[in-house]
Amino acid sequence: MMTTTVPAWFADLQDEARAEYDTHPMPSRRDETWRFGNLKQLDFGGYTPDEGSEIRFSIPELPDGVICVPFEEALEKHSDLVQKYFMRNEPRLGSQKFAALHKANVKNGLFVYVPDNVQVEKPIEVSHVLKGSNKMTFPHTLVVTGKNAQVSVLDRFSSANDDDANICIAVNDLIAGEGSRLTYCAIQELNLVSRMIQINETSVGKDATAKAFTMNSGAQWARNEALSILEGEGAHSDMLSCSIPSGTQQFDQRTFQHHAAPHTNSDLLYKNSLYGNAKTVFSGLILVDEGAHYTDAYQTCRNLMMDDTAEANSMPGLEINADQVKCSHGSTSATISDEEIFYLRARGIPPHKARRLIARGFSAEAVEKLGNEALEDAVLEAVERKFSTL
Amino acid sequence: MSYDTSTIDQETQDAISVDQAKGDFSFPENHKFDAGVGLSSDTIDYISNVKDDPDWVREFRHKGLKTFLDKPMPTNWATKDLENIDFDKIRYYLSDGQKPKRSWDEVPPEVLETFERLGVPEQERAFLAGVEAQYDSEAAYSNVKEELEKDGVIFVNSTEGLKEHEEIFRPWFGKVIPTGDNKFSALNSAVFSGGSFIYIPKGLKVKHPLQAYFRINSENFGQFERTLIIADEGSEVMYMEGCTAPKFETSTLHSAVVELVAMKGAKIQYITVQNWSSNVFNLVTKRGMAHEDAEIRWIDCNIGSRLTMKYPGVVMKGERARGEVISIALANNGQHQDTGAKMIHAANNTTSNVVSKSISVGEGRSTYRGQVHIPKHLKGCKNNTECDALLINSHSKTDTYPAITVRGNQHVTQHEASVSQVSEEMLFYMEQRGIPEGAAMSLAVNGFINELAQEFPMEYSVELKRLVELEMEGSVG
Repeated sequence: MMTTTVPAWFADLQDEARAEYDTHPMPSRRDETWRFGNLKQLDFGGYTPDEGSEIRFSIPELPDGVICVPFEEALEKHSDLVQKYFMRNEPRLGSQKFAALHKANVKNGLFVYVPDNVQVEKPIEVSHVLKGSNKMTFPHTLVVTGKNAQVSVLDRFSSANDDDANICIAVNDLIAGEGSRLTYCAIQELNLVSRMIQINETSVGKDATAKAFTMNSGAQWARNEALSILEGEGAHSDMLSCSIPSGTQQFDQRTFQHHAAPHTNSDLLYKNSLYGNAKTVFSGLILVDEGAHYTDAYQTCRNLMMDDTAEANSMPGLEINADQVKCSHGSTSATISDEEIFYLRARGIPPHKARRLIARGFSAEAVEKLGNEALEDAVLEAVERKFSTL
Repeated sequence: MSYDTSTIDQETQDAISVDQAKGDFSFPENHKFDAGVGLSSDTIDYISNVKDDPDWVREFRHKGLKTFLDKPMPTNWATKDLENIDFDKIRYYLSDGQKPKRSWDEVPPEVLETFERLGVPEQERAFLAGVEAQYDSEAAYSNVKEELEKDGVIFVNSTEGLKEHEEIFRPWFGKVIPTGDNKFSALNSAVFSGGSFIYIPKGLKVKHPLQAYFRINSENFGQFERTLIIADEGSEVMYMEGCTAPKFETSTLHSAVVELVAMKGAKIQYITVQNWSSNVFNLVTKRGMAHEDAEIRWIDCNIGSRLTMKYPGVVMKGERARGEVISIALANNGQHQDTGAKMIHAANNTTSNVVSKSISVGEGRSTYRGQVHIPKHLKGCKNNTECDALLINSHSKTDTYPAITVRGNQHVTQHEASVSQVSEEMLFYMEQRGIPEGAAMSLAVNGFINELAQEFPMEYSVELKRLVELEMEGSVG
């Protein structure tokens, strides 16, 4: 299906993936990774792979040695590097079948490679615009940082119009080398008839810091699977998200913090503000391997119930196989208290504005943890855009 | 209390060794009725014939067997260790065919000796209002204080309950936990025998606890007691159960179904101290239904067994009903304590609370699995869940898998879990004051569960602390 010539290894990989997609069973009600999930959304009948969805790059001035090219160009010119890092592991959070579909069809996306000791200050921005009727797109983002390198990448997903139903199955692989800082942010603003599956895998090397943020605003149904593997001592991973579902939107988020080395830490904060008949699922797992002593891992999911018809499902999980570990998780579901509204009303702010202000502050708490002003601004703008439709 | 476990005096040593092996003895089998090995519809008919079941019970059993065979093992979420249960090698019914005795003097000598050694008659004299003692499939002894009987309290075994008091028990039997709830509740429905049927009349507050003691004496045996407690409007009752089995080479299965019904304003407390030997698969379904203003509390302590899977639940069916689960689990080498709670809010302004503490020692594994469900169109429901896990050694394991569903914006739920160790500083502090490391560890662990242990009646909480101390022995290093 690729129009350009691809390396033989990649063609083989795609053949295997096609076979895997055909043979791998569909998720069923008995799969724990799809508990509370909506399996009806997985019917892709009538959709065909997209031949030319739009992708726009906004690339700042880059220091020497940094590779930042469209994915298909990387396959041609940096085949060895791509081969080394492209989808190395099978997804563990339920979407193996759809990862295979992605692998078999992927043709566009971004490849970023930052060599040792090189820092890219401004974010690299990619915008995926879905168009055409009943099309499926498979964007891929592959980011690799060398020793002590630094980079930030922003992926935007949107639709060309409000009416075309599309399916986007995106995969992002983030590989943070020793001592590097890698920040990734995805803003999903698809139209309300489209669907999205986003599969993230982050591996964090020795003394490296990785941050991955997902903002869900659009789509009738979105599923995020985020896996962070802490592979080297001193690795740190932040997993962040803010979602604002409304109407009949459904967001299904599965996360996995895998501590494979001692002296690693991870922090997860997912915040959902639910309006209308929205439904969310959060399922998180912290896994501390045997021998991964001195792990600090935290996981928090907070649901702000803005309407009486919304539904939030939370499954915060822990599996601890080591000692000298500090782990905790928390999950809350509640609404804005009358006291908070009263406080703001006493200062002359009408109730509907007070509610908006509090909800905005609620989302902002996760956004602020990004620690990157340009990315924070981009997310907060998306938050404002969403609030303006409510 | 002796702190130095390495140099304790002989007397304490004796006390400890007797205690550790307290349940580890058995008598030769002397069964008049034996349903043989394996499970088929003939087994069901055999049990029904021996028990002279009414037709509807026989039908209920056959339906249970069918459901059991149809249902897959829940290994999609539960441990694969379940596959090691060989249902064809288990004996499903063993009894000597005698009715439970009202006096210990009439109980067969070896059965009496069993319960004497476990301290049951002594406790009955000391603080219990009624006792039922089950030996393999049937109750050997069942008695309730005369004045309670006069007040209308019914405390009998399940066979008698269904036959003599059908009008009271049948309407609720299998209603809180339907046969098809899970594979093991279906198995219990097919082969149940023994267990207590209790009815507390309106407004009666039973001051002293009622107790049941479950004893497995035979190898390869499956115990399937069925308990149903109905507390009528405004009544109160506390029920306690204990259990032991000798340690056989082969595995033993215990799969009970316990249903509680608390009518308007009633209160039921159900206390379990589970200390099965480490060859027992303990797969138990426990659930209560709380009507308007009623309260159901499960106080659950799991120390024994090879694998325990038990998630006591409360369905809060009436307004302002309350549900609570207090759970302590201790998993030592070769043990997996998979425990938790299930809170189903089905009316406005219902509240539930879950507090779970688990300790993993050696290569033990403890798991918390919970469910909180608040459906649509309800107001003012509250849930609080706290689970804390303590890991003692570097090969100890712990997992937490809660699931919380909230619909609507008029509820409050919060869930918190933590995993920690006994800190070096804490041990150092105590060692500095002359407490050896082992005893310091034991103290720290008892401190960790102390708050919950106090929820148990005095006699049990003392026993509990002692059991924990014993289990902790030699765990450091």
